[in-house]
This record gives sequence, structure tokens and C-alpha cells, in this order.
Amino acid sequence: MTAIETQQGRAIRLAGISKHWGETTALSEISVEAPAGSFTALLGPSGCGKSTLLRIVAGLEEASGGQVLIGEEEVTGRPADKRDLSMVFQSYALFPHLSVAENIIFGLRTRRVARAERMARLAQVAELLGLAPYLDRKPGQLSGGQQQRVALGRAVISQRPVCLMDEPLSNLDAKLRQTMRTELRALQRELGFTMLYVTHDQVEAITMADQVVLMNAGRIEQVASPHDLYERPATIFAARFIGTPPMNILPQSALGETGARLAAELGGDLAFGMRPEALRPDPQGLLEMQVTGGEYLGADALVQGRIGGAEALMRVPGQALPEQGTALRVALAPQDLHLFDAGTGRRIDYPQPASPMARPGHPAGSSGAMSPLSNPKEP
Amino acid sequence: MRKREWIYGWLLILPALTLIFLFTHFPAVLTLLHSVFSTPRGRKAAHFVGPANYERMIHDPVFWKVLTNNLWYALGTIPVAIALALLMAVLVNRPFPGRALSRMAFFTPTILPLIAVANIWLFFYTPGFGLIDQILGLFGQGQTNLLGDPATALPALMVVAVWKEAGFFMIFYLAALQAIPPQLAEAARIEGAGRWTIFRRITFPLLMPTTLFVSINAVINSFRLVDHIFILTNGGPDNASSLLLFYIYETSFRYWDTAYGATLTVVLLALLCLLAIGQFFFFERKVHYK
Ligand SMILES: Nc1ncnc2c1ncn2[C@@H]1O[C@H](COP(=O)(O)OP(=O)(O)OP(=O)(O)O)[C@@H](O)[C@H]1O
Ligand SMILES: [Mg+2]
Repeated sequence: MTAIETQQGRAIRLAGISKHWGETTALSEISVEAPAGSFTALLGPSGCGKSTLLRIVAGLEEASGGQVLIGEEEVTGRPADKRDLSMVFQSYALFPHLSVAENIIFGLRTRRVARAERMARLAQVAELLGLAPYLDRKPGQLSGGQQQRVALGRAVISQRPVCLMDEPLSNLDAKLRQTMRTELRALQRELGFTMLYVTHDQVEAITMADQVVLMNAGRIEQVASPHDLYERPATIFAARFIGTPPMNILPQSALGETGARLAAELGGDLAFGMRPEALRPDPQGLLEMQVTGGEYLGADALVQGRIGGAEALMRVPGQALPEQGTALRVALAPQDLHLFDAGTGRRIDYPQPASPMARPGHPAGSSGAMSPLSNPKEP
Repeated sequence: MRKREWIYGWLLILPALTLIFLFTHFPAVLTLLHSVFSTPRGRKAAHFVGPANYERMIHDPVFWKVLTNNLWYALGTIPVAIALALLMAVLVNRPFPGRALSRMAFFTPTILPLIAVANIWLFFYTPGFGLIDQILGLFGQGQTNLLGDPATALPALMVVAVWKEAGFFMIFYLAALQAIPPQLAEAARIEGAGRWTIFRRITFPLLMPTTLFVSINAVINSFRLVDHIFILTNGGPDNASSLLLFYIYETSFRYWDTAYGATLTVVLLALLCLLAIGQFFFFERKVHYK
């Protein structure tokens, strides 16, 4: 399987990259580094500039300002064919008139690799990607997943140290996407190139990447490992972008006295973030949730409601949907409370993670709410 | 039920069929008939002569002359017009200031009637004070008579035809170029292909269906477009610039030898059919249809 030579990946460094189209600013001052051999995902909502950034790295688009460095070499002004990288397009961009084999070895031909070597490498790549039976077909005679593999084959056969991918899985169905995620990740590990991977799908980014670059409106929101991105979102945007359903963001007023006390302690207006899966019904809980609806999801269920007047969601086991209109006591582990500056949206790191929700003397269940979990069918 | 649908179907295509039969197939068959009868003259009605008209044609030196002329004309104009069309299309496909203007400029000859075009070119070619002679005069060259010299009359007509047709073919190439996703060229660039390689290995092969279409049209046009001959040379000097269709016109409507005209027409039709079929077979292997 490892017949294809493993090549040392090269680090990609972007320094102050900007891109303007007349009045519109697609990217402003992007500085980030993808370490050699790593899998870095560029994640963000549609139109945030991910593709533009990737195309600037590829040399298909010119930056309005800033520098691109690949392996400590400045390549900002270099044409695409001199950057020693490969790329997989969202539409695959396979050449429709060439056979699968010719598509894969296209780059070897243009770079005048000898025929014997071309054939040897083609055989390896076809073996690796399971394309051997289709080498004589035209791309139009392949399924979407097979076409995707051909595009991959064309990218990996040249053994470049850097590979760029722009939403390569978005044309595939959910199941195939899942298998391809695993395969792509394994392929990258095996061949050792540096991967820059554009996606708007947080699941893709979280499951595949070593490092996620979260972008919004042409700026970087956060650069972090998937774990940190979920556990310690740097901004309200990051908090709501990662996780399904998104994190509940409650205004300071929703937490009443507790909110006011924390705000006084930390200074400024606060916003509270709590993930739906971190909330749980608990008769001793500090928060009260007015249930307004529910959604049954199979393995579990989502309770829709209001906490202190603000909309919130809670994930509960599927059998236990509380009835609409009931008031639930809800608890949250202290380390699961995220604090943000309501003005700037930035995270505030609270020094004593054990304390914020533990307010002595708050009467648990004082509103007289019965526990809806005990018997939800009882009137 | 099925029969009703069947009748409906025929009724729906009846108007189109009527027109095609009346104005295309019927005249073609009639021409074939005319070619085996004699020309009616005065009180002498047409009578069946069998292959006599064809025998006459084979021994007619003018027929062979215009046929050779036409072959040279086709060989000279078609590749040049197509290459020029492709070049212009590639040029105006990339963004640059004044692109719309250039596209229009390239397309203008197509809009003009060939008679008007010929009149413009007559002014270029006129010995002494035509544009070409005026420019040559600046360099101290003497007068030329491009249209009056048997050696240059046909090439002079070919230049006009190329000028007229290239813009028309350019439009087809331009449309085809715009249908090629730009990612293909980008992917090729990343794989290390230069401009010429991209054109040779990606763009040109993907334009093959258009090239087939354009070349069939060009072949037909090389036998069909003779309007400018009337203005520029009238087929002269000594039939040096006469083409098959022009000869058919002369025979049928100047000398009123309609039977012989019909014979020549049959040959022209057969030739066109053969060429079109031949082109399909020739291109079949090379054309990639999506
Ligand atoms: N050629 C262009 N001219 C003008 N504006 C452009 C051009 N290309 C992109 N933009 C703008 O730049 C911004 C970023 O576009 P980009 O394609 O990078 O988004 P994206 O993050 O890849 O989105 P998606 O996930 O939908 O692919 C968008 O607002 C877009 O309108
Ligand atoms: Mg994009």
C-alpha cells in the first residue's frame, strides 16, 4: 500500500493576506500557518472567503496584499505551476475527453516524466484508490464517488508536498461522504503531505482536521484544534458555528441575579453560552426552563424552551420529552458555562471555573415545578 | 387510443413536412429529372436523352476548370477561415478593455450582405486608386490588377470569402469556449501545463464538435457563396475565378441551357452530400460529445 513514496509535507504560512474586488473586501489581513504534514481545515459560512484564500495559496488568484510562504520560500508572485502543489476542485475539474488513466497522469505528462515511470505510478495510484477497473473509461461514465477518486488520484500521483482541496466531498451523498472522510484522512496521513482543506461543513472539519481555521466575513475567528474549538470557542460566532444544534447564547438578564453578580465581578455586559448537550433536567438545577416544544430525533430529543425569557435548546434522552408548557428545573456543570463579552463577542476566561453557578441559598425548585421526568403523562 | 395519438402526431408535423417536400425534396427530384431530358427550346419540347447531358459535362473543359477552381477555393478558404475564427475567438474570450468592441468588429463582416462586402473590396482592389494600390504606392510600387490577372483573381476572391466567414465562425467558437468550465484550465495549470499545452490538450479537443459543425458549414459555403463573383470578376478572366455554382447560374440563366444547368446541379448536390458524410466519418473518432 505504501508503494507511493511518502513525501515530506511543507508548511504553508500566510502573512497579512488581503483581497479586494473593487469595493468588496473578500479577505482582510489573514495570517495563519499550516504546519508541515498537518491537516488544516478552512471552515466558515458561505461567502466568507475560504475559496478565495485557497486560490491565493494555489496561485490562481492574486492577493491584493500580504505574502504566501510555502516551506519558508516566498511564492506570492509565482504562477500556479511553479508552486509545487496539487489541488482538488469542488467540481473535480476532470478532463471529459480524456480517459481516467490520462486524467490521472496528466501532470506527469506535462512534466515529462518517462513513460515507464508514469505507468508504474499510475498502477500504484489506481491500486490505492480502487480505480484499476475504470482506467479506460471517460469521466462521464463514472459515478460521483468514482470521479472524486480520479480527482484525488490526479492530485496524489505527482507526490507534491502540499495538497489543496476545495469542498471535495460536497457533491457526494451523506453515506459516501462519511467513508470518503475517513479515506481522505488516512490517505493524507499515509502520504504525509500538508493538506489545506476548505469546507463549510463543521462535521468534516471537526472529524478530519488537526487544526481548524474558522473564518467569518473575510476574517479569522479562531485557529484551534477541533477539541479546543468545541470546548473553548473564542467568540460567540465560533460558539454558535460549531455544534449541532448551536450553543445557546443567553443575555445577562436571563440569568437574573447570578448574571448581575458575574457581570459586576468581571466588568461589562456579558453573554452566557451553554451547549444544549451540557444542560440537563435536574430538580436541584439553578435555571428554570419554560418548555415551548420538543423535537424527537431518535437517539435523543431536543427540548425547546425559554430560560429567563431567552430562547434555549436542551438535549435530553429520546424517551423523556417533557410536555409543552411545563416549567423545568435545569442544571449545568460549572465548567460548561462559557462567558462572552456581549459587546465584542470575545470569550472571557473566568478564573474560578467551579464557582459561577453555585450560589448558596438559592432555593432549588422554589418555583414549585414538579419534575417532569418522573411521569410526563400525568396531568 | 394509440392510433389517435399517431394521427395527431402526423397532423402536427404536417405543415413542416409540406414545406420541406414542396421546397426541398420536390425541386431536388425535379432537378434530377431535368438532367436526363433535353432543354426545351421554342416549340421543341424537352425529350428524354438519358445520360447525354452527363457525357457532355465530362467533355466540357469549362466544367473541369470551375471544379478545380472550386477545390482550390475550398482548400484555400476553409482552413484559413477556421483557424482565423478560432484565433479571434480565443483572443476576445479573455477579459480586456474594449472586448465588446472587438467582438463586434470581428463579427461585422457577417452582418453585411456579401454584395455590399464585394463592393467594399472592389474599392480595395481597384487598380490605380484602390486602397491596396494607394498603400503600395507609398512604397513606390507600381499599379496592380489583382482581379484582372488570371493568377491572382481567384486568390483575391478567397481573401474576401475568408474575411466574410471568419467572424461568423468565431461566434460559434466563442460560444463553445464559454461553455468550457474555467476550472479545467485551472486544474491543468496546477498540473504544470502552459498556455499552449492547455490549448492543445484541453481546449482544442473540447472544441471538436464545434470544429465539425463549422467545417461542414465552411465546406457548404465554399460551394454556395458566389455573390461576390458577380461584383468583382464575373468569373473572369477566362473563367479563372469562376466557381461551380457561378457556372450553373451562367449556364441556366444566361444561356438558358436549363437541362445542362440541372445536370451540373445534380453533381453539386452529390458532391456536397459526399463531403458532409465524409466529414462525419472523418471526425467521428476525434470528436468528444458531452
Ligand atoms: N471574481 C469575484 N469578483 C468579485 N467578488 C468576488 C469574486 N469572487 C468572489 N467574490 C466575493 O468574495 C467573497 C468570498 O468568496 P469565496 O468564493 O471565497 O467564498 P467561500 O467562502 O468559498 O464561499 P462558499 O462556501 O459558498 O464557496 C464573496 O463575498 C464573493 O461574493
Ligand atoms: Mg467556495
